Amino acid sequence: MNNNDLGARLRTYLAIIIALLLIGTAFGVQMTTNPPETPPFDLLPTMLRGLSITINLTIFGSILALIIAIFTGILRSSPFRIVRGLASMYVEVFRGTSILVQLFWIFFVLPLPPFNLEISPFVAGVLALGLNVGAYGAEVVRGAIQSISRGQIEASIALNMSRGLMLRRVILPQALVRIVPPFGNLLIELLKATSLVALITLADVTFQANTLRQSLGVRRIPEIYMLLLAIYFLIAYPITLGVRWVESRRRWA
Amino acid sequence: MFDGAWSWEFVIEIMPRLLQGLQVTIQATIVGFALSAVLGLLMALGRRSENNWLSWPTTAVIEFIRMTPLLVQLFFLFFVLPRYGLRLPAFFVGVVALGLHYGTYNSEVYRAGIDAIDKGQWEAAKALNFPPMHTWTRIILPQAIPPMYPALGNYFVAMFKESAQLLAITVVELMLTARIIGTETFRFLEPITMAGVLYFVISYPSSLLVQRLEARYAKRH
Repeated sequence: MNNNDLGARLRTYLAIIIALLLIGTAFGVQMTTNPPETPPFDLLPTMLRGLSITINLTIFGSILALIIAIFTGILRSSPFRIVRGLASMYVEVFRGTSILVQLFWIFFVLPLPPFNLEISPFVAGVLALGLNVGAYGAEVVRGAIQSISRGQIEASIALNMSRGLMLRRVILPQALVRIVPPFGNLLIELLKATSLVALITLADVTFQANTLRQSLGVRRIPEIYMLLLAIYFLIAYPITLGVRWVESRRRWA
Repeated sequence: MFDGAWSWEFVIEIMPRLLQGLQVTIQATIVGFALSAVLGLLMALGRRSENNWLSWPTTAVIEFIRMTPLLVQLFFLFFVLPRYGLRLPAFFVGVVALGLHYGTYNSEVYRAGIDAIDKGQWEAAKALNFPPMHTWTRIILPQAIPPMYPALGNYFVAMFKESAQLLAITVVELMLTARIIGTETFRFLEPITMAGVLYFVISYPSSLLVQRLEARYAKRH
């Protein structure tokens, strides 16, 4: 076990070193292929401007996804058949098509008749991310609720708790602890999916990389995209490490 | 015709073109998945290797590909390769990106499946003095592969849906076809909705099928 831990840690460091090497290469390529008058790190300001949109999308998208997931997860274990059916329909529709389809539907279809809803690209992005990842999260929440042992529910009934009280005090506190690791993985999926908003003209970090490609020309292409990949990796990797850390010490779940 | 409400005539009119796009989507999925199955196996074997000089870089590459978006990988391959003189058709680049991205996912499935084989099987093969090739092809893989089918099936369905991202590098698959029809006619409602319906009518039954597979293996083990 100890040996394994060491190996895992070393691999982690190696992965980080490779990411840093990639960034280094990006700048190295920049130094050697640029015209001499180019200042160093000239790509960064534009990329970082896009990065703030990527991060905002990740934050608002994951908050929306979390709310939808918990809400739908509870509805899917409702005693009423119609409520359960509607909740499963939402989950199946959003898991049965990709997030790109949903994003395009919100962005291209809603502004036109018969809907006539004016939606900004940012709101479209948050909605698509939240609805899509929320559908996957709902399954996680449902699984966590179902994994609560029967005895807990019987004990609550024996104590004459109302359904709402039982949900609030007995089921959810235990279920919500169990959803932490799978939600960490969903958070990474969500972060990666934010790149799709570049396709609906929202100036996130991927979009900025594409503008840089168009304005700076062919010579700088490798460094632009290497830098872009490295940026995503450097945000996602700490999340993975956090998830692994939580998983390694969840004796309480 | 342009009254804003749903028009079935328009749907019938655009259906042949959407189905053509769907055909490209399915082709990309099948070729991409075949590639990812092979690449995934190579990655899994590399990661499991006793040689640290092979296993650590493989692990790092797998983690790096998994932690970055498919869309950016598509852009990377599509724009960077020609810079070094490698000009490939967009469809080919898209399939390679899908193969690499899902190869890393599949490699985890293979790894878990191989790790699930009891140590006694390895020891017995060794005790009987089987050569490594024989151990792999006759003892380990025949037991390891069937329980992997559900997980691999899930990724197959996921790839089918995610292949829509190939539109970013100009592959005229289902989603790009829908968007082109929308721009031509200023009606996005029917093409994009119908594209979604086509994705759904294929992916939903497929995932039910995968669930049944899963239930069958769960019962047996």
